[in-house]
Amino acid sequence: MTTTTTAPPARRFRLSWSPRGGSDRLRADRRLGYLLVAPAVVSLLAVTGYPLLYNLWNSFHHENLTDAAQAHTFSGVSNYSKLFSSSDFVSSLTRTVGFMVVSVAFETVVAVGLALVLHKAFKGRGLVRAAVLIPWAVPTVVSALLWKTMFDPRNGFVDYLLGVFHLPGAHTTWLAGEWTSWAAILVADAWKNVPFMAIILLAGLQLIPDDVYEAARIDGASAWQSFRRITLPLLKPALVVALVFRALQAFLIFDVIFIMTGGGPGTTTETLSYFNYHAFLVDTDFGFGGAISISLVVLSLVIAGICTRALRPST
Amino acid sequence: MPALRRRLRWPGWGRVGFYLAVLVVLAVSLFPFYWIVRTSLETSAEFSAGTTSLLPAHLTFSNYTQAFTQADFARPLLNSAIIALATTAVSVFFGSLAGYAMARLRVPSGPILTFILVAGFFPVLAMVGPLFLLYRHLGFLDSIYPLIVTYLVYTLPIATWLLRNFFAQIPPDLEEAALVDGATRLRALWKVVVPVAVPGVFTAAILSFILAWNDFAFALSFLQTPSKFTAPLAIVNLGQTQNAFQVMYNRIDAAVVIVTLPIALLVLLAQRRIVSGLTAGALR
Repeated sequence: MTTTTTAPPARRFRLSWSPRGGSDRLRADRRLGYLLVAPAVVSLLAVTGYPLLYNLWNSFHHENLTDAAQAHTFSGVSNYSKLFSSSDFVSSLTRTVGFMVVSVAFETVVAVGLALVLHKAFKGRGLVRAAVLIPWAVPTVVSALLWKTMFDPRNGFVDYLLGVFHLPGAHTTWLAGEWTSWAAILVADAWKNVPFMAIILLAGLQLIPDDVYEAARIDGASAWQSFRRITLPLLKPALVVALVFRALQAFLIFDVIFIMTGGGPGTTTETLSYFNYHAFLVDTDFGFGGAISISLVVLSLVIAGICTRALRPST
Repeated sequence: MPALRRRLRWPGWGRVGFYLAVLVVLAVSLFPFYWIVRTSLETSAEFSAGTTSLLPAHLTFSNYTQAFTQADFARPLLNSAIIALATTAVSVFFGSLAGYAMARLRVPSGPILTFILVAGFFPVLAMVGPLFLLYRHLGFLDSIYPLIVTYLVYTLPIATWLLRNFFAQIPPDLEEAALVDGATRLRALWKVVVPVAVPGVFTAAILSFILAWNDFAFALSFLQTPSKFTAPLAIVNLGQTQNAFQVMYNRIDAAVVIVTLPIALLVLLAQRRIVSGLTAGALR
């Protein structure tokens, strides 16, 4: 039954596309259409297609700015063999995937809860929605520095709270330890991104007709049963969209890492994007960096594929 | 019988629980903002002494005045505003043209739309290296203008997608009338379709602005002189040029609050549009 879920969009696109020309106006329309699409397509090709090809080319050449003698010479697969045998690459890949799985799982659970709260009709719901959206809309630099302040060992709210209630952990230098750093990164990331997921899920909730719940209630279903048997299955399309978006964003996480920990302590919070940044702009090795970039692109495609496939309706 | 009892007894508690949940949501979303505002109102001496209460000892605006006098924060703010507004204008313009073409003009919108959306997910850090080399070659490094083109990768996919959906919902009869009267397609688009689509254009513009204002990675990679920095980059730079042993968050947070204000205002004024834009962009 997988075909039924993929067919409608494809069919819809074909409806608006009749390659065999019709009247003169239709042909003129199509010519104008290509002209109007061109600026958007060309500028996006310039900033994505061009870097992709350039990275591919660089990854097979010596392109280190500090090594002018060998510049532009063919290097075979040496950049790739260096990459795959690099323990830094393997460990940053492991960390990135680990962070992606944990953060997306955590954020999805919280976002479902938040969406359920925002879905209820109550006075001032618009204001609450706006309040929730502000963390999403502020720059990542703001959310990262804000949580860095919150986790500050002497002036942070977390420290203050732990101190007030005499809990263990007061005066923890959160960003000095590997796991405490990841905890701070996770909180900062979730605070900014849960609202986005929740808004997508909220739109999904609004598509579920009320009478389905009404019928379930009359049949004696508990709140949990109707959530488990009605809400979750019908929410699946929205969940897929939210998950693909978030999984890719989490996989490519960079700003928060750069600002909160700089990949540290040591390299224990260095993710793939950070590793790539380092290769490009610190080591100025665009051949090796290109190989990392190509692997980033390939892995992003794999993740998008896994997410969409895993969540396809099974019946 | 148990079900009946539950319905008789629980609505009150359910309602209390629900409003408690709303309170928690509000607190988690907004309290961190209070904390940076509070920190930004402390003097450096108070900040160094450590935090002992929820309220600031007394209010000082010196961090804000210092941000503009010593750190010259007005310049990066202006840079960010120029780039974000220009990126927004270009994305809405290109997005309208492409969106209209795909909604009406029988171009193969399937493959084009797929490409545009996939481009929106392209790993940003994978673009940094090649674009750095290109901009270096062209003498574009350390200039804010190439960033306008670069930021299109954030804004153009969602703007095009939104506007295409918006145009597709407008009844074609409107332009047909204009076309029959002898208007050209472009004239019909500009005079008939765009005015009707103003809400959609507005939504695309707001989201584009937020996304362009958000960037850090490209600015970090391509800009070198502080007077060219965007606001987010300038804030991070403010933290890194300080004493490494104790970061003075009271100074930094003043700049953080300044950057947050316009965005917070935008969200409060246009919450409905942002929500509809995000969801139309995701679920269609």
